[in-house]
Amino acid sequence: MAWTWFHRLASPPYIYRTAGRLTPWFAWPAALLIVAGLIGGLYLSPPDYQQGDGYRILYVHAPSAWLSLMVYTIMAVAGGIGLIWRMKVAHAVAASCAPIGASFTLATLITGSLWGKPMWGTYWQWDPRLTSELILFFLYLGYMGLRAAFDDVQRADRISAVLAVVGVINVPIIHYSVVWWNSLHQGPSVMYLGKPTMPPSMLVPLLMMFLGFTLFFGAVLMMRLRGEVLLRERTATWVREVVGT
Amino acid sequence: MNEIAAGAQAEPFVMLKTPQMPSALAVTRLMLARDLKLASRKASQLVQPLAFFAMVTTLFPLAVTPQLSQLRHIAPGVVWAAALLSSLLALEFLFRDDSQDGTLEQFALSGRSLTGLLAAKTAAHWLLTGLPLALMAPLAGVALGVPEAALPGLLASVTVGTVTLSLIGAVGAALTLGVRRAGALLSLLTLPLAIPVLIFGAHATQLAIAGRPYGAPLTLLAALAVFGITLSPLAAAAAVRINLE
Repeated sequence: MAWTWFHRLASPPYIYRTAGRLTPWFAWPAALLIVAGLIGGLYLSPPDYQQGDGYRILYVHAPSAWLSLMVYTIMAVAGGIGLIWRMKVAHAVAASCAPIGASFTLATLITGSLWGKPMWGTYWQWDPRLTSELILFFLYLGYMGLRAAFDDVQRADRISAVLAVVGVINVPIIHYSVVWWNSLHQGPSVMYLGKPTMPPSMLVPLLMMFLGFTLFFGAVLMMRLRGEVLLRERTATWVREVVGT
Repeated sequence: MNEIAAGAQAEPFVMLKTPQMPSALAVTRLMLARDLKLASRKASQLVQPLAFFAMVTTLFPLAVTPQLSQLRHIAPGVVWAAALLSSLLALEFLFRDDSQDGTLEQFALSGRSLTGLLAAKTAAHWLLTGLPLALMAPLAGVALGVPEAALPGLLASVTVGTVTLSLIGAVGAALTLGVRRAGALLSLLTLPLAIPVLIFGAHATQLAIAGRPYGAPLTLLAALAVFGITLSPLAAAAAVRINLE
């Protein structure tokens, strides 16, 4: 009896309704937190004593970087759940995650290189973090490419889930090998977020942005999940009732 | 040609008589013998990746500089990038013929562990493509001005590294089994996963050229190979099963 909630998760109409109901609960707090965090980060917090105002891109860059990794992990866990328990909704979650995660990764790369221009004097530096982020972007592209290569949705789901699990095991290996590679070639670059103590006027907006971005991801995931479920169930009668044709 | 598959086809009940089943070691030996024999009848398939490897290494002196003193600096990168690319080329015929004529299906139905069978197949693939590539690498090294004293290091690192490349490639080839014209997709899937091999392999080669001990990166390469041997046949078997469904 305690497990009925779990079994209900496997029902596409239930997921469709629940995701729709949850969307505003993610979206509104996300909007409030991001607006408050931006005001706090861009106007209220003092400029950095070394980087001046340039550091402020951190408020977008760091949360994007965090989500780029978190979304990949969620995607792999959802894929794993789909493989093990053959849960179609889990595969729909994984499929919805991929483009969002790839977008956050791209945002991280772009904001990182914009920050690099004034700080390092160049848009691109073979910095370990930037490089492993770039490789993560390729992993997302490979995942989406593999998914798109199959016409049969169920096969695409399960094959790409295997890839996501293989990828998530490899992400730490790739990351540390890249860190090791660069530390051998050159001294440490400008330390990013390196100062152990951040004044609260910087830290509070940053934490708000982290939470806001995470909730924003939740909202976008819910919306994409609804679309994904509708697409997959397009022949079902409940979809016809919902869409009204 | 194919005793395992033939046995399963003719008499499915053989499976029940466990004492008469050949041991895992015997099956591995059969699989190796079979793959080596099949490959010996299509020798051109084996030569092409090697010719490609030699061709790519030739491009760099033409494009960069013919001076050996300068080529020596880029030699590790050239050899490793060329090895990575030509191992990618060789992947195409790892599973292709067996999947087209249904042998792979028979493997999956044979009652033997598909993981073990694919591990044996990958071992045969390494013997046929990785090992010849490793033997070619010192030749390419000499042509790029690598000093003689560094050749054992180059040989050792490419030998160990290609084991991991074959294992990663087996996963990639298994994932894209059902995809037509998978070439570009296969490279997008496998190259990011092969980056640690490239980093440690090229680093070991660099140290060998500089005349310094290269044991540390070589050990890390071996660690990657052991990690791959443990996990990659499992992932490849899962992907093959999904593709055969």
